[in-house]
Amino acid sequence: MGGFTLVHFVYLLQATLWTVVLTVLAFGLGSLAGFVVMLARTARTRWIRAVSMIYVDIIQGTPLLIVLFLIYFGLAVVGIELPALLAAAISLMIYCSAFLGEIWRGCVQSVPRTQSEAAECLGLTRWQTLVDVILPQAMRIATPPTVGFLVQVLKNTSLASVAGFVELTRASQVINNSLFQPFLVFGIAGALYFALCYPLSRLSRALERKLNVGRRQPA
Amino acid sequence: MSAAVSLRDVHKRFGEVEVLKGVSFDVAPGEVVAVIGRSGSGKSTALRCVNRLETIQSGEIEVHGRRVDDPQLDLRALRRDVGMVFQSYNLFPHLTVAENITLAPRRVRKTPQAEARHIAVEALARVGLSDKIDAYPEQLSGGQQQRVAIARSLAMEPKVMLFDEVTSALDPHLTGEVLKVMEALAKGGMTMLVVTHEMAFARRVADRVIFMHTGKVWETGAGEMLANPQTPELREFLANGL
Ligand SMILES: Nc1ncnc2c1ncn2[C@@H]1O[C@H](COP(=O)(O)OP(=O)(O)OP(=O)(O)O)[C@@H](O)[C@H]1O
Ligand SMILES: [Mg+2]
Repeated sequence: MGGFTLVHFVYLLQATLWTVVLTVLAFGLGSLAGFVVMLARTARTRWIRAVSMIYVDIIQGTPLLIVLFLIYFGLAVVGIELPALLAAAISLMIYCSAFLGEIWRGCVQSVPRTQSEAAECLGLTRWQTLVDVILPQAMRIATPPTVGFLVQVLKNTSLASVAGFVELTRASQVINNSLFQPFLVFGIAGALYFALCYPLSRLSRALERKLNVGRRQPA
Repeated sequence: MSAAVSLRDVHKRFGEVEVLKGVSFDVAPGEVVAVIGRSGSGKSTALRCVNRLETIQSGEIEVHGRRVDDPQLDLRALRRDVGMVFQSYNLFPHLTVAENITLAPRRVRKTPQAEARHIAVEALARVGLSDKIDAYPEQLSGGQQQRVAIARSLAMEPKVMLFDEVTSALDPHLTGEVLKVMEALAKGGMTMLVVTHEMAFARRVADRVIFMHTGKVWETGAGEMLANPQTPELREFLANGL
């Protein structure tokens, strides 16, 4: 039983890096999937809207940990053994897709209908209308809640520890198991999480302020 | 006889409510037709049916020989022929005036950037706003925004222009500049279907006036009909000053 040394700290920093990798992976893939969910939720075809709504309801109503268990342990039973990182990334991607899809659906639908009517009257296709007229306006509104959600995802990567993936939470457990200094070890882990999340939270709030105030003044 | 726009016995329901109850009228090429009537009489709905922003339950609509009520309709071809200007301008707030105007030419007609800019310059000259080409919509007055909206529509060289109460959201001192642009357009031979509350404009500029009442064409005639209404409903409408 020794004390907390630089070696331990470096170990935690490395694990922090994996936390970041997992976050980027989950959020990146989740954004792609979330975009598809948003398209489906705002589709013209009724059954596509219905199916995507069921998907969103199921994912939003299920603990992320259960999704992770299903992907990691569940798939293993049927012979698909995923590496812990991949299983965690897929679970978080599914989680992100439902929440981001809903956030973005709200933003897209908050752009007045008259905007898409005007675009379609000019002969633009549905897709051109979305890309050139709706999304640029929706993105402004979507940025603060999206960055806010990124913070949630970052913190939720800690659940990957139960699959044995050595990210920051798992790494601090490992160290604590040998040092038995929970206040010190988990305190440091918490500080590292905070160091990652706080700037993002601030960014989200700053963006929101900018959105509320930053309307161009008439020349 | 080939009308630019023709409606034949058009019926339109929103759910249970029948809003158009057999509307028929023609607009000849180059003709300016004003549509007047009380709030809720179905003026906007009739206009929106012409470029298929609304689909109809029965009847026929034709624009330059193209059946608008055909389910197989080439929507984008229709909209290349028909421009529309709304009461609320509906400019794209994230784009400059030039970008608002050139978006459709670049996307729909694949006009190269430089040429598109030229189109914007010309369209803005027609509405007297050449100096606002790089402004954003919110930097403009309502009247200026509406003129940009007209320019944006003109840039696609439509054969028919639909106007839905385009001055109703404007302060009285700003309506004049928009009406002047529309009058010039009319003089230039544009086919126009104009829903308006501006009786003076209807009388002076329109070749024909259509009075709609409870989802029907109630009375129609030249501008003089406003001085000499035949039906009590039109008389009352005119007397109550809207
Ligand atoms: N999308 C819609 N869904 C349901 N009802 C509608 C819809 N659009 C219009 N209506 C109804 O149809 C009727 C006619 O509306 P319309 O907008 O055509 O009238 P209008 O003559 O243009 O009136 P205004 O002068 O107020 O613009 C109104 O009773 C209106 O409530
Ligand atoms: Mg109307």
